[in-house]
Amino acid sequence: MLTQKVFLRKTKRGNILKIVREHYLREDIGCGSVACGRCDSESTRPLQKDFESASKVVEHAHYIVPDTNIVLHQIDVLKDEAFRNVIVPQTVIQELRHRHAPAYNSIREMLAIEERHFYCFVNEHHKDTYVERLPGESANDRNDRAIRRVVGYLQSHLAEQGLSIEVVLLTNDRECLNSAKKEGLTAFSLKEYVGGMGKPELLDKISIDADGSSEGDPVTNKKKFMYPEHLTPIALQAGIKSGRLRSGKFMASRDNYLEGFVCLGDNEDESDRVLIQGLMNLNRAVQDDTVVVEILPESEWVCPSSVVLEDEPEEDDKVDEEDDDGDEVEREKKVEKALKESKTEKGVEKMPTGKIVGILKRKWRPYCGILAPSAIKEATKHLFVAAERKIPKIRIETRQAAALTGKRIVVAIDSWPRHSRYPLGHYVRTLGDIGDRKVENQVLLLEHDIPHQPFSQAVLNCLPKMPWLITPLDESKRQDFRSVPTCSVDPPGCTDIDDALHARSLPNGNFEIGVHIADVSHFIRPHTALDREAATRGTTVYLVDQRIDMIPDLLSSNLCSLISDVDRFAFSAVFEMTEDAKVVGAKYCKSIIRSKNSFTYAEAQARIDDKARKDEVTEGLRVLNSLAKKMKLKRMENGALNLASSEVRFQVDSETHDPIDVKTKELLEVNSMVEEFMLLANKSVAEFIYNELSHCALLRRHPVPPVGNFDPLVRAAATRGFDIQVDCGKHLADSLDRASIDTDPFFNTMLRMVATRCMSQAIYFCSGTIAKEDFLHYGLALPFYTHFTSPIRRYSDLIVHRLLAVAIGADATYPELLDKVRVQNLCNNLNYRHKMAQYAGRASVTLYTQIYFRDKNVLEDGYILFVRENALQVLLPKYGMECTLYVKDKPGGQQRIKVPFTYDAEKCTQTAGDVTLRQFERITVRVSLDRTNIQHQKLVVELVRPHIPGFSVDIEKPMEVDEPRNDGEPEKKKTRAV
Amino acid sequence: MSGHQYLSEEGFRVDGRRAQEMRKLDCSLGVFAQADGSAYVKEGNTVVLAAVYGPHEVRGGRVKALHDRAVVNCQFSAATFSTAERKRRPRGDTKSVEMTLHLQQTFETAILTKLYPRCQIDIFVEVLQADGSILSVAINAATMALVDAGIGLRDYVCACSAGVFNDAALLDLNNLEESQKGTGLTVAILPKTERIVLVDMSSKIHSDHVSKTIEAAIEGCKDIHATFDAKIKERVGRLAALINTEN
Repeated sequence: MLTQKVFLRKTKRGNILKIVREHYLREDIGCGSVACGRCDSESTRPLQKDFESASKVVEHAHYIVPDTNIVLHQIDVLKDEAFRNVIVPQTVIQELRHRHAPAYNSIREMLAIEERHFYCFVNEHHKDTYVERLPGESANDRNDRAIRRVVGYLQSHLAEQGLSIEVVLLTNDRECLNSAKKEGLTAFSLKEYVGGMGKPELLDKISIDADGSSEGDPVTNKKKFMYPEHLTPIALQAGIKSGRLRSGKFMASRDNYLEGFVCLGDNEDESDRVLIQGLMNLNRAVQDDTVVVEILPESEWVCPSSVVLEDEPEEDDKVDEEDDDGDEVEREKKVEKALKESKTEKGVEKMPTGKIVGILKRKWRPYCGILAPSAIKEATKHLFVAAERKIPKIRIETRQAAALTGKRIVVAIDSWPRHSRYPLGHYVRTLGDIGDRKVENQVLLLEHDIPHQPFSQAVLNCLPKMPWLITPLDESKRQDFRSVPTCSVDPPGCTDIDDALHARSLPNGNFEIGVHIADVSHFIRPHTALDREAATRGTTVYLVDQRIDMIPDLLSSNLCSLISDVDRFAFSAVFEMTEDAKVVGAKYCKSIIRSKNSFTYAEAQARIDDKARKDEVTEGLRVLNSLAKKMKLKRMENGALNLASSEVRFQVDSETHDPIDVKTKELLEVNSMVEEFMLLANKSVAEFIYNELSHCALLRRHPVPPVGNFDPLVRAAATRGFDIQVDCGKHLADSLDRASIDTDPFFNTMLRMVATRCMSQAIYFCSGTIAKEDFLHYGLALPFYTHFTSPIRRYSDLIVHRLLAVAIGADATYPELLDKVRVQNLCNNLNYRHKMAQYAGRASVTLYTQIYFRDKNVLEDGYILFVRENALQVLLPKYGMECTLYVKDKPGGQQRIKVPFTYDAEKCTQTAGDVTLRQFERITVRVSLDRTNIQHQKLVVELVRPHIPGFSVDIEKPMEVDEPRNDGEPEKKKTRAV
Repeated sequence: MSGHQYLSEEGFRVDGRRAQEMRKLDCSLGVFAQADGSAYVKEGNTVVLAAVYGPHEVRGGRVKALHDRAVVNCQFSAATFSTAERKRRPRGDTKSVEMTLHLQQTFETAILTKLYPRCQIDIFVEVLQADGSILSVAINAATMALVDAGIGLRDYVCACSAGVFNDAALLDLNNLEESQKGTGLTVAILPKTERIVLVDMSSKIHSDHVSKTIEAAIEGCKDIHATFDAKIKERVGRLAALINTEN
C-alpha cells in the first residue's frame, strides 16, 4: 500500500515549498511475539510466550507499550530488570531520536539485550497501524493516537488467535489515558502500574513531572517565588540573529552559588565571558547548559565577587512549604544586596554582566552526591547535594530517606519549573556508604564522566577466540624479529606492555634500533563494537588502586601485551643510527617479536650497571642507554623543556587496600632511556604520516603559551635574583638551567614546577584542520609530534597505527579514517577523555592522601610554592601535594585570624610582625584531615615554623586528634589537586 | 542526532522500504499518438515521459549524416514544475546537458545503429516529477519508448541507482536519500549479457564500497528488466490478439 506525505516547508530565501514524500505501508511487519502464528515466520521475535504478569494491576501475562513521555522521562524505571516484554512503537523511537539522544541511546541499548525481550514495532509502516494526522490535530496528539492504535491492533491481533496475552498501554498523560480507556484499551499510569509490581524502590525512581502533578497542583500553592519566564525558542532565535541576545555555555562558579559565567566563544577563554549574578538572573541555568543571555546596560555592570558563598541547606524541609519559600526570597535578596555592596566598595574592574533569558540546550546528567539531612525523618521530600559544587541542590521525593542517609546516591534532574526554587529530580540508584574507598572511587569515575562499565557482550564477541595462534599467513605478511634480542622495560606490576626495544650493531658500524609497539590495530578492526567502545573510552584511566581499561583484559594484558618469551604481533619502527645518535634511516613494518625479558626499571638499571654481565640483551641495553643520553643532550640543545611535577606512589595494604605509605617516584637513567626512544618513534611516525596523508593525519601539538602566562615564573625567579627569558623555548630552557642555588637543590625543581603551571595543554588534532605552522610541539621543540607508542592504553595511538599501516600499504583504509572532520571530532573526544582521565587520576591521589591522613596529625616540611594575596600555597614534597594556608580571612566571613599580614606583590612576600614569609622558603606545617563536611573532606595545614605568635600552632602543646577548633586557629582549606 | 536516519536499526528506510527494495514501478507505452514510440515511466514519485522519433532522414543539413550508421540525437529536459522549487531554465543548464550526453552515449551503444545508415533517431526525455534517480528513470523511459518505436536494440537498457549508508547498499534512491552527501551512483546494464553500459558516480564513495554498490545496482537493474520484459510481452500479446481479431 502506498500513501503520500505532503507538507509545506519554507526555504532560506523565504519561498514556500510543497514537499511530497512517498510512504510505503507494509504487510510483512511481524508483531514480534513467539506465540503468534500469523506473522511472517522469518521476522525477529523477542517477545516471550509464557511468562508471569509483572504487575498485580493486570491479571494475565501482558506486553507493555510505553508512550513517548514514559520512555523520555522515566527511562530509569524502564531500565529496571523487572520490565520485560516491552513493545516500543517506532513512533516513540522516532520522537526520542529528535528530542533526547541519551534516552534514545538507552532504549536502543535495551532493545539489544536479549534477556529483556524488548521489541521495536515498526508501526509507522504497518498497514493496520499507520495513522494519518487529522486536520487541526497537533503532532503530539497524532502520535498518541498512533501509539493507542498500536495497542488496539496488537490486542485484537493476539485475541483473534485465541491467545490470552494482553497488551497494556503505559502513559502518564491524563487525556491519553482517558481516551485509551474509552477505546476499550487496557491502560495505566506508570505509578499505578509500578505500584502493583511490589518494588518500593522502583517507585522512587519515578521522576516528577514538569507540571508538578505528583507534587500537587502548582496553581493552588500560593507561590511567591517565581523565576522569570524563559523566552520562546522563536524569540530566542530572533534575538540571537539580531545580535541583541548572545548564546553560550553556562559555567557556574565553584565558590559562589549566586554567580556564574557564560562563555560566548567556543574556546573557554577569559576575555569572552559574561558575568551572571543573582538567582533571578541565573534563571535556572545549570552547569554546561547552552543558554541565551541578554547583556545588561553598562551602568549595571559589576565585577565578580571574591566572596565564597555556599548555598546552606535552609530549614525548608518543613512539612508546610508554602510560607517558607517567601522567607527564602527575602533572605536571598539580602544576600544579593550584600554581595553588590561588597563589590562597589572595592572598585575592581567591572565586566560585562547579563541575565539569562532562555536555555537552548540542557546538559543534565545523573549526579552523584548525598541527601541533605532533613529535619523530619518521615518527610518524603528531600534535598540532594551533589558532589560537584557547581550543581545546585536538587529536590527529590523518596520514601527511603532513612536508608539513604550516609550513602552516596545518584540523582537525575527531571525539570526545573518556574515556581520551584530548586530543580526537581528523582533518585536513580545507591552507590554505597560515604567514605568507603570503593564507593568514593566510583563517585570519582562518575563525576569525571569516565565510562567504566564492564565491557558489553557485543564488545566481547569481537575478541579473538582462544587459543589464539599465529597462522602461516600472518607469518608471511610480517617481518620476523623473533630471533632478535628484544626486551621491554616498564614500571613494576605493569601488565599492559606496549613497547619493547632492541639494538644490535650493523656491519657498517652503525646500530639498528628497533622500537616494537604492540599491534593493537590487528585485533581492533574498524566498525566493530570493540572499536566503537575503545573510541568512546579514548584512554585507559589509572587510579591509585585500579585501572579502567580501554580495551578488554584479554587484549590489554595478554594478546597485545608484549610479554616475554611468547610470540606477539608488533608494529615496528626500525631505525639505523650512527654512534653519535644520528638517525640515518627509518623503516616501519608489521612484525612478529618474541621479547627476551620484561624488565622493571630497577632491574634494567641493575643489568646495565652490572659490569660482569655480557649477554646480548644487556649489551643491547647498554647501547640503547648510551644512545639515549646523546639523544637527550641533543634534544635539550634544540630547546626542549625539562619540566617538573611531583608524582607519588602509594604503598597499598594488600588486604584492605588502604594506603600505608607514600613514596615519590624515583627516576632512573633507564626511565629516560625508554622515554627517548618513544619520543624518537613518535616524532618519526608523525613526520611520516604527515608526509603520506597530510590532510587526515592525527597529530599532537602543544601551543606556545602567551608571554603573559609566564609572569608568575619571571617574578618568582626575580625574587632570588635570576632572570628568566621567556621569548622562546630555547631561552626558557637555558635560563631555567642557570637558575639554581647550590644550598637549596629543591629550588630549581620548584621553579620548573612553576614553569609547568604556565604551560598550556598539549592536544590532539587532525592535520587537515589547521595551518602547518601551528603543528609545533612547544615543550618538546618539535615541528611534528604524535602518539604512536601506547596503543593499548590510548585510542589516538591506535588511529596513528592505522594511518601508518595505510601509509606503508600494510592495511586497507576506510572512509572515516580519511575524513578530516571525523578525525577532528574524534580528536575532540580524545582530548576531553584525556583531560578527564588526568583529573580523575589526581582526584584519586587526593582521595588516597585523605584516607592516609585520616587518623594522623603529623608535622611535615614544606615549601612555599606561591604567595597569594590572602594565602600561601604550600608544597609538601613528600606527598607531592599542595595545600593552601590561609593568612587572611575571607571578606565577609568570620573574623578568625587575628594577626595582620601585609602582602607585597612585587617581592612575593607576606609579612606579619617581624616574620616575613617568602616564596620558595622552607617551612614546617602540621597536616591533618578536616572531616566536618562529609561530602568534601579536606586536608588542613597549619603553620608551625617559623613561629608567628597568635598564628602558628604550638607544638609544645600536646596534640589531640580531635582538638576542638577554636577561633584563633587559621582557616582550613581543601587540598588543591596538583 | 537530528536529521533523518536513512536506514533504521529495524532495517527500514525513511519511506518504509527495506534496503534492497525498489520503489513502485509503473509504465505505459504509446502515450503519444504523434511520436513513433513513447513511454511514460513512473518510479515512485519520479515521473518521466520519453518520446522517440525515427528513424528518419537526417535533419538540419546532410553533413551530420553518417554513411554507415544512424545518428542518435537526445534531448533531456526537466519540466519547470518537476522539482519542489520552480526552475527557470528547463533546458540548457549544465545538468541537463550532462544528462543529454549520458543518454546519447548510452543509446549509441545500445541501439543497433548499423541497421539504420544515414538516418537519425531522436529521443526526447522530459522529467515531469523529480524525486531522485532521475538519470536511471530517464534511461528506462527512453528504452521503453525505443522498444515502442520498434527500433532495433541489442537488449533492454535497464538502469538503477544505489547508494551507501552505514555500510549497507540502498537501492533506487529517492530525492531525500540522494540529497545526502557522499552517496549514490547510477548503473545501466544490458541485462542479458550483464554488460555495463553506464556508470555515473558524481559523488564520493569510498573505494571499499564501490564494487558492493555497483553489484547491488545491477541486481536492481535485473528486477527492472523482469518488470519491463513482462510488460512488453503482455502488451505485444494484447496487440497480436487485436491484430488476429481484426483479421
